[in-house]
Amino acid sequence: MIYSSPDKGAHFLVDRRWVSEWTGFKHPRPPVFKNAVSAFLFGGLVCLLGQLVLELFLSLGMPQQQAGNPTVAIFIFAAALLTGLGVFDSIAQVAGAGVAIPVTGFANSVTAMAIEFRREGLVQGTASKMFALAGPVIVFGVVTAFVIGIISAIL
Amino acid sequence: MQKLATTKRAGRQSVIMDKGTALLYPATVAGPKESLGPLSTFFDRHCKDNIMNEKSFEKAECHMMEEACHLSLSKAGLTPEEVDYFIAGDLLNQIISASYCSRRLSIPYYGIYGACSTLTESMALGSKMIEGGFARHILVATSSHNCSAERQYRYPTEYGHQNPGYSQWTVTGAGALLLGAAGDGPRVESITTGKVVDAEIKDPFALGTAMAPAAADTIYNHFVDLERDPSYYNLIVTGDLGAMGKKLNEDILARNGFNIAPLYTDCGVMIYYPHQKVNAGGSGCACSALVFLGYFYKKMLDRELRRVLLVATGALHSPTSVMQGESIPAVAHAVSLEI
Repeated sequence: MIYSSPDKGAHFLVDRRWVSEWTGFKHPRPPVFKNAVSAFLFGGLVCLLGQLVLELFLSLGMPQQQAGNPTVAIFIFAAALLTGLGVFDSIAQVAGAGVAIPVTGFANSVTAMAIEFRREGLVQGTASKMFALAGPVIVFGVVTAFVIGIISAIL
Repeated sequence: MQKLATTKRAGRQSVIMDKGTALLYPATVAGPKESLGPLSTFFDRHCKDNIMNEKSFEKAECHMMEEACHLSLSKAGLTPEEVDYFIAGDLLNQIISASYCSRRLSIPYYGIYGACSTLTESMALGSKMIEGGFARHILVATSSHNCSAERQYRYPTEYGHQNPGYSQWTVTGAGALLLGAAGDGPRVESITTGKVVDAEIKDPFALGTAMAPAAADTIYNHFVDLERDPSYYNLIVTGDLGAMGKKLNEDILARNGFNIAPLYTDCGVMIYYPHQKVNAGGSGCACSALVFLGYFYKKMLDRELRRVLLVATGALHSPTSVMQGESIPAVAHAVSLEI
């Protein structure tokens, strides 16, 4: 009845494989369809708002090429503000990838870390921990840009 | 090897107490979310917010533990000088809440780490010390804080991500309890010390599932060592397995011939309402501390429950071990309480 595992030497009431099968069977699965629909709607909403802001800048007479940057800045600011007010995580629990993929997700991860580690000081806390979550985005973004740059230079 | 000159041992993992240590004057301090839960009226103190006018969540956690300790001492009418030992632990790195709490208590201190099993670990160690005649009064305490634990084990508190349905919510709160040789309260009748069990679960959100095999192992060995049946108890209660772990624990024990389901509950399932959005339930050291010391202790004093098996469970991983791809080992300690 007692399963003895040779690898870690402990007696075990059930087979580990039985536990992993149980987990696969009984664990609630993420509601993939519902998550995908809400990510699509929220992501679409973020993009729609982005387009409206962009149109606003264009109507103020800004050229198309310059109007993108202040639009992105506004969304970074909004996401950072919502993170600071403590509502972004509640939105993200529903919206998921809809707010994580746009620049709002990047802004949230930076701001959340900056707030979290403020108590360890401005330099060693906020400044040094700020990009701990968002860092991979920058690293792989730069690496990808470099590789694509090389490829386009060769072609 | 010299033969152990005692008959107190039973089987491989259990001991039976001759006199039994009394659990006296429990004190509970509950966080804001716990104060909105179904057991709110059973807690002694309620915090309005997570930070409690402190500078950090870690300090707030320490503050809650101090408050619980002082409350327990004042209920008992004892000064810290009259307490022989302070045994405490928590979830944070280097158990800072417990150690920083004890620096102002000035009671000889043993810091322990058993993750969420700290409550029964400290009760078991303290009871043995009193039974052995090494102490008259021992103060035990434990605490956890949602924000300090989340940031250490998972993500910063304001980071937006989707928690899976089997995840649990770390309870904010603290509990303290006085152990004494005599007094009116439930007595520790026997203790089963758990082995570390690793079910090779690697998901740090599936802690209930990772801890359930350890709980099942300890409960199984408790019954085997003491030649008991689940029906010996009025209630079997685990610390913080949550809905998933509770089911897994029941299933493993049922496969091994013990049907505990009719008299079994879990603190993590009880501490929040379903609408509080905690997915599978509560977790953390304070989960079993608040629910047992606040709720079940009173039920035992009222003689509604006479025999209770309390099994607090702890997941013994660290953020480093999880990042390095290690699985999550767990431990559970059982204390059998009678009144």
